[in-house]
Amino acid sequence: MILLTRKAEFSASHYYWNDAWSEEENVRKFGKCANRNGHGHNYTLEVTVSGEIDAATGFVVDLKHLKEVLEREVVSVYDHRHLNLEVPEFKAAIPTTENIAIAVWKRLEGKISGASLHRVRVYELPDLFADYYGEL
Amino acid sequence: MKAYFGRRYTLSASHRLHSENLSEIENQAIYGKCNNPYGHGHNYIVEVVMGGQVDPETGMVSDLVELDACVRKEILDRFDHTNLNTHACFQNLVPTTENFNIVIHDLLRTAFMKAELSVVRVEETSNNSFEYPVANSFERSRGAHSRGKGSAA
Repeated sequence: MILLTRKAEFSASHYYWNDAWSEEENVRKFGKCANRNGHGHNYTLEVTVSGEIDAATGFVVDLKHLKEVLEREVVSVYDHRHLNLEVPEFKAAIPTTENIAIAVWKRLEGKISGASLHRVRVYELPDLFADYYGEL
Repeated sequence: MKAYFGRRYTLSASHRLHSENLSEIENQAIYGKCNNPYGHGHNYIVEVVMGGQVDPETGMVSDLVELDACVRKEILDRFDHTNLNTHACFQNLVPTTENFNIVIHDLLRTAFMKAELSVVRVEETSNNSFEYPVANSFERSRGAHSRGKGSAA
């Protein structure tokens, strides 16, 4: 068993807002992240897969395939978009770093040939990230 | 769903690796230049990973402002710009980064109760890093492997 990690980047805007709360509660809980005009980040995505090394190729997964899957399933949907307004999974879930990591996992699960998803890590800033391992 | 929230902090501190239980020659042989008599310093990076269910109301595992305040009070205010050897916790413990990592973990585990402290990772330099406890990483990877089996398209 070996782990392989591929990075990708996307830039997107978002805001934090819970419709069930008053404006005052949203501002108190989320601070400047509750500004309804939104703000943005350069996100870094790290996708780690696990698997056995193929004896014929020496690969655990074809990196070109993994890159294409990340581009198709995640980057092309999130990059230069407003996550709250343009990405369907964030109509019902606040696009926090935790929820983005979970959403990326759901987008990738079952799409990577020959390897299993091990971890999705999303950096919102170099000093702030979320990890999801597929746990309930 | 259970996710993990990670935050990185930096602190600068000095230390000297020296054990009273070893001779001068043994200390020099084991610790090398880290045993030089007047100490030296590092810019440490402390990475704190909290685990827990994502709160459906906030989309968060842990309140960032509360975590930052706790780490500031318990770790940064205590250790930043200090000599680690002078702290009570290192009077009988060599302030290697392994031991520093465990000290930080134990302080945070009892001070921050709003989410489960999953792991603390400390970088001493960009070439050296330490992680404690290790068991949590393996538990998570076991869970992911069993769920991920046969997921290939």
